[in-house]
Amino acid sequence: MSQNRQIRDVVFVDGVRTPFGRAGEKGIYATTRADDLVVKCIRELMRRNPSLPAERIDDVAIAATTQTGDQGLTIGRTAALLAGLPQSVPGFAIDRMCAGAMTAVTTTASGIGFGAYDVVIAGGVEHMGHHPMGAGADPNPRFMSERIVDPAALNMGNTAENLHDRFPAITKDRTDAYAVASQTKLAAAYAKEQIQPDLVPVATIKPAAGWTVNTVDEPPRPETTLEDLAALRTPFRAHGRVTAGNAAGLNDGATAALLASADAAEELGLPVKMRLVSYAFAGVAPEVMGIGPVPATEKALRLAGLTIEDIGLFEINEAFAVQVLSFLDHFGIADDDPRVNRYGGAIAVGHPLASSGVRLMNQLARQFEEDHSVRYGITTMCIGLGMGATVIWENPHFAATTTEGSAA
Amino acid sequence: MSAQDFAQLAALFPDEVVTHSYVQDIALPGVDGAPSAGTFALITLDNGLDHRRPSTLGPNTLVEFGTVLEDQRERAARGEIQGVGVTGKPFFLAAGADLSAVKNLKNPEAALWMAQLGHDVYSTLNDLGVPSFVFINGLALGGGLEIALNANYRTVSTGAGALALPEAFLGLVPGWGGVYLLPRLIGPANAVQVMIENALSNNRTLSGPAAYKLGIADALFQPADFVEQSVNWAARVLAGAESVGRPNAVAEPLSEDNSAAWDAAVVRARAFVEAKTSNAAPAPARVIELLEKGKHFTKAESFAAEDAALAELMGTPQFKDTVYAFLDLVQKRAKKPAGAPDPKLARPVTKVGVVGAGLMAGQFALLFARQLKVPVVMTDISQERVDKGVAYVHGEVDKLLAKGRISQDAANRTKALVTGSATKAVFADADFVIEAVFEELAVKKQVFAEVEEIVSPECILATNTSSLSVTAMAEDLKHPERLVGFHFFNPVAVMPLLEIVRAPKTDDAALATAFATAKALRKTAVLVKDAAAFVVNRVLLRLMAEVSKAFDEGTDAHTADTALRPMGLPMTPFTLLAMVGIPVAQHVTESLHTAFGDRFHVSANQQALIDAGKKGLWETAGDGTVSIPADTLALLTFGNTPSTGEELLLRTQDALAEEIGLMLAEGVVAGPEDIDLCMILGAGWPMHLGGITPYLDRVGASQRVNGKPFHPAA
Repeated sequence: MSQNRQIRDVVFVDGVRTPFGRAGEKGIYATTRADDLVVKCIRELMRRNPSLPAERIDDVAIAATTQTGDQGLTIGRTAALLAGLPQSVPGFAIDRMCAGAMTAVTTTASGIGFGAYDVVIAGGVEHMGHHPMGAGADPNPRFMSERIVDPAALNMGNTAENLHDRFPAITKDRTDAYAVASQTKLAAAYAKEQIQPDLVPVATIKPAAGWTVNTVDEPPRPETTLEDLAALRTPFRAHGRVTAGNAAGLNDGATAALLASADAAEELGLPVKMRLVSYAFAGVAPEVMGIGPVPATEKALRLAGLTIEDIGLFEINEAFAVQVLSFLDHFGIADDDPRVNRYGGAIAVGHPLASSGVRLMNQLARQFEEDHSVRYGITTMCIGLGMGATVIWENPHFAATTTEGSAA
Repeated sequence: MSAQDFAQLAALFPDEVVTHSYVQDIALPGVDGAPSAGTFALITLDNGLDHRRPSTLGPNTLVEFGTVLEDQRERAARGEIQGVGVTGKPFFLAAGADLSAVKNLKNPEAALWMAQLGHDVYSTLNDLGVPSFVFINGLALGGGLEIALNANYRTVSTGAGALALPEAFLGLVPGWGGVYLLPRLIGPANAVQVMIENALSNNRTLSGPAAYKLGIADALFQPADFVEQSVNWAARVLAGAESVGRPNAVAEPLSEDNSAAWDAAVVRARAFVEAKTSNAAPAPARVIELLEKGKHFTKAESFAAEDAALAELMGTPQFKDTVYAFLDLVQKRAKKPAGAPDPKLARPVTKVGVVGAGLMAGQFALLFARQLKVPVVMTDISQERVDKGVAYVHGEVDKLLAKGRISQDAANRTKALVTGSATKAVFADADFVIEAVFEELAVKKQVFAEVEEIVSPECILATNTSSLSVTAMAEDLKHPERLVGFHFFNPVAVMPLLEIVRAPKTDDAALATAFATAKALRKTAVLVKDAAAFVVNRVLLRLMAEVSKAFDEGTDAHTADTALRPMGLPMTPFTLLAMVGIPVAQHVTESLHTAFGDRFHVSANQQALIDAGKKGLWETAGDGTVSIPADTLALLTFGNTPSTGEELLLRTQDALAEEIGLMLAEGVVAGPEDIDLCMILGAGWPMHLGGITPYLDRVGASQRVNGKPFHPAA
């Protein structure tokens, strides 16, 4: 064993995703398998990075919250085989619910840092049409008998209502306004072709309809108005605040990213879109799981030796508008701060649970490319059963301008 | 014309399983960073059924497809779409014309309409006002592949299983443009390979990569994202970002080289058809004729000639008989053997015993070990013979390994499964014991008596006898109910037929086990009654007897050996005789003569050849011509009542009609269909004869001899 093992720099080379679909019989992926969605992403990554020999991939980590059926059988390995990667490339499945893909990234990134890997594929998938949230789960009765977890905390909508209780300043008016902005920002990003470059087309066939090729997200409702949202019912609580309009929907989709050591990226001629700075996971009370990104971010900042002021771009998953606003309020950031979710978020684009982490990274990477004034950005998300996850990234395109501090 | 003009034809087929044409508009992917260049209309051919029922093309299907294409032409004219693509439901583009519909076309007009309908529809694909693409995602046969040929561009999946133009095999011509378009697309020599050589070589098909290599498709993509990549490629072609090279294509006017290559391809095709079919079936010659004339045809001229050829061929008995042989027998009846007991009665076979270690026994051991993947133990009278037998099997496994047909692991496994012993005690736990010992009743009875002392009462005893009575073999057994005849054809690994013989005491469980074993061995089993020589050998030897009798009577050898050419049998009688071995043929003929009398003529001349140690009649000269050597001729004696070729053909037809009539009367098989299936799979008799009985009906032999056809008109 080497006495002078060095921790190695980890870079985000590239990331893609399928267009997201609405879960259910009418959704674009109703007749498409979850593993096939992952396969499309892996193959697109390989096509987009032709200088990477497939046999150099050291592992394939694919997250899924429900690991049965078309998401079962160790989906990282099955997807690798189905994608045509060499048999010598191993793979595994990973689960941290909504932060599945994000955990796939941090876990394999740690392997790169440690020296176990040079190049990995990390991603996630959730076909919520085939695997409704919590399907097949068998919660331990001790959660209830010993009051370990409030049973209501197993329903994510309830935890969002709970968050409104905890932070009375976050009103339904604010969450609805945030939700409309998310739709508007996504539509604008689509218009500027900021979303499409990282989408992999997915051909699907349905009975009595034939093949089509899906190239755009199905969930967005860009025409949404405040009035529309005000009229929606609050399914989790009578006269509550959380609606289908200010929360992410139930969706199908997959993502995958290519990570490498900085040295391997250079050796193989792979682009560097982001540099990994630090990451952290943190636990909170399950009944207010939406607050999870706050302690996770504080920990990640501490590990990086940074403060919230150093962060120029935020990609925060929008499971619920209230959960985003609780984060922004905590750090004193305005609801409409231009650093936050520039392309809109999950309320508009959808949130196929375990896949979403890499979507955040794809978008941050593109924003880094567009905005060289930003040095650091974060991707963060809340997680069921009371957790948060945050990854801090550095922009390799960052060019300090004279207005940004001394030239030291 | 328009597809709707054929509505009258379509109305004749109200029960057609329609393959629908579904259109989806797709935004063309932006090329090299450019925004989308418009809309691509993608048509999916889908019959709505699962992978067990390929999409086929009947009149209603074609009318719908044509109407959809005409809609796209109008949309293109309005500027709504920039390209049109056609693909299929998963695993299939289309399996070609709906044969069950086509064979029922009642009159020549309807057949002509059917031909014209295909041309009308496919021509639209080439005249949309925007480029057309076909994405060959899976199986594409005949008219299915011709959809692709008529488009402007083609992609093919590496996973596409079977691409072919099998029309010449089926009794038709690739007459929806294939015969005109293919030689121009991939060159005349390659076109002959696809349309003639492959078609007439047991209907061989091309894989996606092979088709791409020939130039049938312009691009090759993997199945995992075939449709996506094909659409992307189409967008690149439409944007001018992809150059489509067709190195094998033949440009018009033809260069001198291409013209010569075309003529050479026609010559090659003729020679191939002559050798393969003796020109006994009309279709291959029509394909060649269209190819030859097509060299100078315009497309319109060719399409008109194709229509005429198709209309004519659809009315020929050879086409109808081929459809009967191919669809009704090989594809359907072969999978559900008539008279077989309920498969649920079958007992598991977990170990096989082979009595004997000779060449036949070795072939059995290899087949059982490879297909059943259970231990196979061979026995013989000495350890030396056993070792030799096992060594033969191991050697054959090594050959398969060297050819790359099996993996090292599979080779290790198969070798380990095959062992030998000089004592039959090793059969104690076997479930199935087959004998491959000398063809003599007393020997076989002795063997089974010994085996019965060792095995369980349920163990199947199987005999590969070709001429002995299975009933007699069962006589002294303690458990005669488990004895079955299990008659293979040589070479065992290759020939697909197994005659399974039920003796009077054979019970359903034993019979079901035999059928299940046959299926596991990937053989087509036909149930036959215990009657001398069963089916294939009885029919073949009746034919041989007729020819050798005529020969002995003084018919010239060439005349005798070529008289049956109009039937297009796979080999001449004397060639077959030499291949089977004259002593074997003589032995079986003698036993048939004993059983059935003078219908099976025992040839004195053949006996003379055997006595002199001659292996055959013919000697082949350097130039391929055959003659009888003088010293052979000196052995032979001839009568003075020679037959002409025509007389001998007629005599043989009548003899076959008589023999088959008697076999059916004796209940040897369930019906004439089983005779036909046996002759196709066990003797390689051509499908254009329908096996044999439709041919005997067609030439009037069954009427002449039996007073009625084998297949009364429906």
